[in-house]
Amino acid sequence: MIELVSAERCTQCNICVAVCPVNVFDAASDGPPIIARQSDCQTCFMCELYCPVDALFVAHDAEGPAVVNEQVLVETALLGSYREAIGWTPGSRDRRGTDQSFKLTQPH
Amino acid sequence: MANTLSNAAGSIQFDADVLVIGGGPAGAWAACSAAGNGARVVLVDKGYCGSSGATAPSGTGVWYVQPEQAKREAAMASREALGGFLADRAWMGRVLDQTYDNINLLAEWGYPFATNDEGKSQRTSLQGPEYMRLMRKRVREAGVKILDHSPALELLVDDEGAVAGAMGVRRQQDESWVVRAKAVVIATGGCAFLSKALGCNVLTGDGYLMAAEAGADFSSMEFSNAYAIAPAFGSVTKTLFYNWATFTDEAGTVIPDAAGRHRSVIAKKLLSEKVYAQIDRADESVQAAMRMAQPNFFLSFDRGGINPFTQRFPVTLRLEGTVRGTGGLRITDQSCATSVPGLYAAGDAATRELICGGFTGGGSHNAAWAMSSGFWAGAAAADRARHLGTRTAKRVVTRAGGVALETRNDRPFDPARVTRAVQDEVLPYDKNYFRTGTVLHHSLRQLDLLWSDIRQADAAAPEDVVKAREAAAMTATARWMFRSALVRTETRGMHKREDYAKLDTAQRHLLTSGGLDEVWVKTRPAPALAVQEVAA
Repeated sequence: MIELVSAERCTQCNICVAVCPVNVFDAASDGPPIIARQSDCQTCFMCELYCPVDALFVAHDAEGPAVVNEQVLVETALLGSYREAIGWTPGSRDRRGTDQSFKLTQPH
Repeated sequence: MANTLSNAAGSIQFDADVLVIGGGPAGAWAACSAAGNGARVVLVDKGYCGSSGATAPSGTGVWYVQPEQAKREAAMASREALGGFLADRAWMGRVLDQTYDNINLLAEWGYPFATNDEGKSQRTSLQGPEYMRLMRKRVREAGVKILDHSPALELLVDDEGAVAGAMGVRRQQDESWVVRAKAVVIATGGCAFLSKALGCNVLTGDGYLMAAEAGADFSSMEFSNAYAIAPAFGSVTKTLFYNWATFTDEAGTVIPDAAGRHRSVIAKKLLSEKVYAQIDRADESVQAAMRMAQPNFFLSFDRGGINPFTQRFPVTLRLEGTVRGTGGLRITDQSCATSVPGLYAAGDAATRELICGGFTGGGSHNAAWAMSSGFWAGAAAADRARHLGTRTAKRVVTRAGGVALETRNDRPFDPARVTRAVQDEVLPYDKNYFRTGTVLHHSLRQLDLLWSDIRQADAAAPEDVVKAREAAAMTATARWMFRSALVRTETRGMHKREDYAKLDTAQRHLLTSGGLDEVWVKTRPAPALAVQEVAA
């Protein structure tokens, strides 16, 4: 579930408020968006993909909340890792168009 | 009963030729197609067109087959037995044709298809985030007005019963919307009962309920018990990768015959104990391909500190209901019209029996169906709007919605309680995966009571109305599913009856269902067979 909106990184663009398909966030007038309805989070990771500054983190547990430490997420390079993996960061564009599914559909 | 729509209703109002409800792949294709045919189009999405639905967060195969007769023949034949001999070859053919064209269009539009070692473009799979980001861009460029976070609550109908628009709420603006339209495309997806299968929690059967209230009926709703493998703690359902897995019980003993393709063995085991998987049969090249094919599969593991290739992890089966089942709104002609004038259905909201019969194991066929049915429904809706011309300008329209919208002055509507009650009947493997007449009867009794209870409940409070309509839609959907499942006294496609374990050649027919207060099921003939039916 969504666990982190980094106050340090967030630019208050509110893109996450717009793109979350289950309307988890509320925009705030004087700060980063608030995780207002965490229990509605469906752990789809879409907010992370659309965050231009990698301020969001969705933890792996879909069944309940988890404790995360921003410092550790930065140190272990997990913050922004999904966006990078699909080629949506400026430095990872060459990963777009490398879908290897065609190698996995053959019977083995 | 029905309320005439006043001119003052709705904080914001639009007058459109075509309204598309749902902004997943089917809705996006429908909107582009309708606009391309000259219609003024509004698309409303419960969430955000581009991230909503089962496709956007996933990777999906696509039923993309070169237009060569032998290849097409093999592609069609390979699914015939699996689908219980209910699919229609003519529809398979036209979906293959349309999908081939649409996928090639995606390439022209800049979708980054991968190339193989020989430099050949590989077009049999799509990355959800890329695909749906591109589709949103195309929808916008087509001049379609998109309303995000604008769940539809009910349809509008004219005095002849034709669908004439819809209304709903804009949940981030605290206001309502009304769209009057000459034709409506329902592309709201299937119903996965809030099981947390990847991207599926927006798919609660809302469009089914709205359409049923306008008089539409359904088909193949017994084929609604698809379950996908996921880590017990995670949302990412990617059953394909479990073809390289070994499944073990609590003690670490290998479970015989358990496999990604034999999920019923896993379901049986899960009834009594935990089941673990380890993707230990993937060599290094397969592992690398998996990471490149679906990065999000590894999020659950990388973030949980698990190496799925060397460590075992607990798994579960998440219900995907009619998202991966094949039941949905009955399609009455090649334009994807429903049984109600002015109402079209596309994607998982519509039955996929036409190309899949009673079984779909993967996104491949559903993805092909979404882009094909969306394309046709959008074009047909635009066509209807053109034929109606200005004749609809003065028509009186009424609201078709009922449950959770009408003031009854009785009891409050508690969406969370209703949702739990429905889930208690549809999620358990021993009720829905493995079905028996006795248990189906019992579940239907509960669900019928639940329906009459919510029919008499008061209108939901404004902050609860979306969830109340979702809960009502799930209740109604479960009743069409189980009533159909009760009538089909055999095992066919994904529908498994423990008390009728064999395919019965006398039941090679289709089931139409419908009704709200009184649910009904009728049989109708299946399409002619291309091959000889064989008992499983």
